[in-house]
Amino acid sequence: MATTKDKVDVVTIGVGWTGGIIAAELSKAGYNVVGLERGEDRSTEDFQMMHDEYRYDLRHGLMQDTSKETITFRNNLDELALPMRQQGSFLLGSGVGGAGVHWNGQTWRFLPYDLEIKSMTEEKYGNKLGDEYTLQDWGITYDELEPYFYQFEQVAGISGEDNPKGAPRNNDYPTPPMKSTPILDLFKEATKNMGLHPFQMPSGNLSENYENPDGETIAQCQYCGFCERFGCEYGAKSSPNVTVIPTAKKTGNFELRTHSNVVEIIQEGGKATGVRYVDVLSGEEFIQPADVVVLTSYVLNNTRLLLQSNIGQPYNPETGEGVIGKNYCYQILPGAAGFFEEKKFNTFMGAGSLGATVDDYNGDNFDHSDLDFIHGGSISITQTGRRPIASNVTPSGTPSWGAEFKKNAIKYHNRTLNVTSQGASMPHRNNYMDLDPTYKDYYGNPLLRLTYDFTEQDRKLHEYITQVCAEIMGEMGADIIEEAEMSEHYDIVPYQTTHNTGGVIMGADSQTSAVNNYLQMWDSESLFVVGASAFAHNGGYNPTGTVGALAYRAAEGIQKYLENGGGQLVKSKSKSRLT
Amino acid sequence: MSEEEKHKTDESRRQFLKNSGYFAGGLVGGGIIGSVIGWQIDDTNETKNQNEQANQGNGPNFNRALKFFKNRGVFERLAVATERIFPEDDHGPGAIDLGVPYFIDHELAGDYGNNERIYMSGPFHEGTPYQGFQSRLRRKEIFMEGLRVIESESQKEFDDSFVNLEGEQQDEILAKFANDEVNLRGVQASTFFGLLREATLAGAFSDPLYGGNTNMEGWRMKEFPGSQMSYMNEIENEDFVEMEPRALYDHLH
Ligand SMILES: Cc1cc2nc3c(=O)[nH]c(=O)nc-3n(C[C@H](O)[C@H](O)[C@H](O)COP(=O)(O)OP(=O)(O)OC[C@H]3O[C@@H](n4cnc5c(N)ncnc54)[C@H](O)[C@@H]3O)c2cc1C
Ligand code: SF4
Repeated sequence: MATTKDKVDVVTIGVGWTGGIIAAELSKAGYNVVGLERGEDRSTEDFQMMHDEYRYDLRHGLMQDTSKETITFRNNLDELALPMRQQGSFLLGSGVGGAGVHWNGQTWRFLPYDLEIKSMTEEKYGNKLGDEYTLQDWGITYDELEPYFYQFEQVAGISGEDNPKGAPRNNDYPTPPMKSTPILDLFKEATKNMGLHPFQMPSGNLSENYENPDGETIAQCQYCGFCERFGCEYGAKSSPNVTVIPTAKKTGNFELRTHSNVVEIIQEGGKATGVRYVDVLSGEEFIQPADVVVLTSYVLNNTRLLLQSNIGQPYNPETGEGVIGKNYCYQILPGAAGFFEEKKFNTFMGAGSLGATVDDYNGDNFDHSDLDFIHGGSISITQTGRRPIASNVTPSGTPSWGAEFKKNAIKYHNRTLNVTSQGASMPHRNNYMDLDPTYKDYYGNPLLRLTYDFTEQDRKLHEYITQVCAEIMGEMGADIIEEAEMSEHYDIVPYQTTHNTGGVIMGADSQTSAVNNYLQMWDSESLFVVGASAFAHNGGYNPTGTVGALAYRAAEGIQKYLENGGGQLVKSKSKSRLT
Repeated sequence: MSEEEKHKTDESRRQFLKNSGYFAGGLVGGGIIGSVIGWQIDDTNETKNQNEQANQGNGPNFNRALKFFKNRGVFERLAVATERIFPEDDHGPGAIDLGVPYFIDHELAGDYGNNERIYMSGPFHEGTPYQGFQSRLRRKEIFMEGLRVIESESQKEFDDSFVNLEGEQQDEILAKFANDEVNLRGVQASTFFGLLREATLAGAFSDPLYGGNTNMEGWRMKEFPGSQMSYMNEIENEDFVEMEPRALYDHLH
């Protein structure tokens, strides 16, 4: 029998970036908030032994324990989905701060084009991709979202400079850009020569000491080279742990409960009224009643917990009906590697978002009239700190082991650079998530099943942007240039990005979307689902800047909802299925 | 095998062991390996120096002992295989001198060998190449099975133990694993080989605290300075910056 706790105003499921933002904003507004986090507590003091590539990079020291919970995966509807038995393609976070502890900090605003992609594409190019691609507008415009982007950037202290091809900004970045380096300069020079518009990548590794509007301090980045997949021992990487979580704690209105794994959202009378969770240490079960339940458990579990709790209509790829699990997208990674015979670079130094970018081939910044794909991607060089176990790059044709392998892996370790793109990913009716019929997690609940493969659109985008990357690499003077290749099918094994999106998408119409533009569920007014799960497609950037903006927007919506004493905050364009 | 060939093999064995210096502890006590391969320790000083270096001059390196492998022959087979994957050359030491076999032994005895963070519920199916690791075996079992078949393949192909084969012959055997041309029980040969390769590189380049990367020699080869606290003052430097590497040891001592 589960023990029922005292009711609170707001409960968040997970305390990473999104859970932390909701907790900070609502507790500051005087509401009492409980944050339920399945993993352990951690802060800067726990990151003192971080410079350990084996423990934190190869063995995923800070991440989800897949022995307890994972997903199943198949490339298409005809295959048998099998468990992703260990993490690979993406690295799910676990523990206070979520993946926000071990992210890179590359912090972008999606383009105005992204938010209205269907209308803008159709207006200019017609229904170019055809009906199999389930493109949708997001139900919000860039202008409406702009202030929330800035709110997130201020809290995170983002260091950056103007991007001539990016989304328009009403304010400068809170802190100046990071230092430039010979590697970045080489890219900037080359792209300038090609008539492109390089700029320093917006960074959550701060260029200087900074105090955010909530009074939290973030330290200056030391370019230590152990950033992506690691926690920052200086408190210099913007993370929930050094910003929103301490802010929430200071209000006295926030209770953080760790080792608390939510297994169900309780729904009564068409409304979420609380959650059921397991204390993973004692094994005890609890019910936490709340006026508002906020699902902030990352894209995959946001989707899974809704399906598991029978909330919302599951998406059906055969009919195209239903919304939960729909429009799963990922990130397409065009790129080119360059090998330099005569030049060595300080690749081992760096920071997670130390980089330079051009946006000339992102969104609709270039004409697609004569192209058979839409969108594109940001193209960057980064200097994140190359480490010796994971990186053994050799020119193709080199065997993968033995004397020649060793010779080249050593020779090129500091002589290789990469120009890569975060390519946009368009939704396809066959790419989606549902519950697996066979495999279960540690608590006996079905695993999430991912059905995903690359599409024709993805391949064309990849090919085109890869050419651009290779051209840049040529201009940079590489002796050997190798273009990135797309595998025949999406592969769950090699790391690509932790930029999973969709499943609980936002929109203006309750028939085709799961949440409104406050991320409030159409089918359950007291339930807000926050994260990149709301993305109707994935854009040509890393997601978290946009996730942060949406989280601030949701926080405002939750506050309105509580002030109004309930009700839908937005009217659906078509009638809700339930009413 | 002709007398001449046998002689050649012995020569290459001797060469390999001399370079390695890592069997010494066992051999001084009249080890089995010594008698099996007919080799007597002939340069104790060289070996001792290496052990002392590895242990910062405080006597023997007690870490150089086995907690997973029970049988020295199997351990030696592992060692020889890792050396083929990452051999000694002009750039510096190979897997054996870097302590990689000990690294793998220690890892197999712990979380890694026990698949502690891997989802191990059935049913098990082979799956497509895009679905990743699907074996029902734990890594420690995969290594044992792989090493067993390395030996049986060597016997089958060359009528001799893997460790006695010529380098090229050893490579031929290993390539069969890499290319899935042999059958293992419960796991694909290429999965075993992939793990072996990955573990070899991890042993060569992980912090020396794990027992490999002896004296940070792996890092030195790549001019990787290990665990530095800050590159604030160097990050803008136009030239390549050479630095003496530092290990996590420095964080506590
Ligand atoms: C290696 C890496 C590098 C990255 N780099 C970048 C980058 O440079 N730029 C960028 O924009 N993005 C980056 N990302 C992505 C970024 O980390 C995520 O977008 C961001 O953390 C998402 O925030 P979130 O709150 O949705 O999820 P998370 O931060 O992952 O938080 C979710 C939390 O919910 C908890 N949880 C899940 N299920 C339950 C449950 N049932 N009960 C209780 N708690 C639960 C989890 O333990 C976790 O703490 C990176 C990610 C990784 C892994
Ligand atoms: S690179 Fe900078 S932000 Fe990243 S971990 Fe190191 S000091 Fe922290």
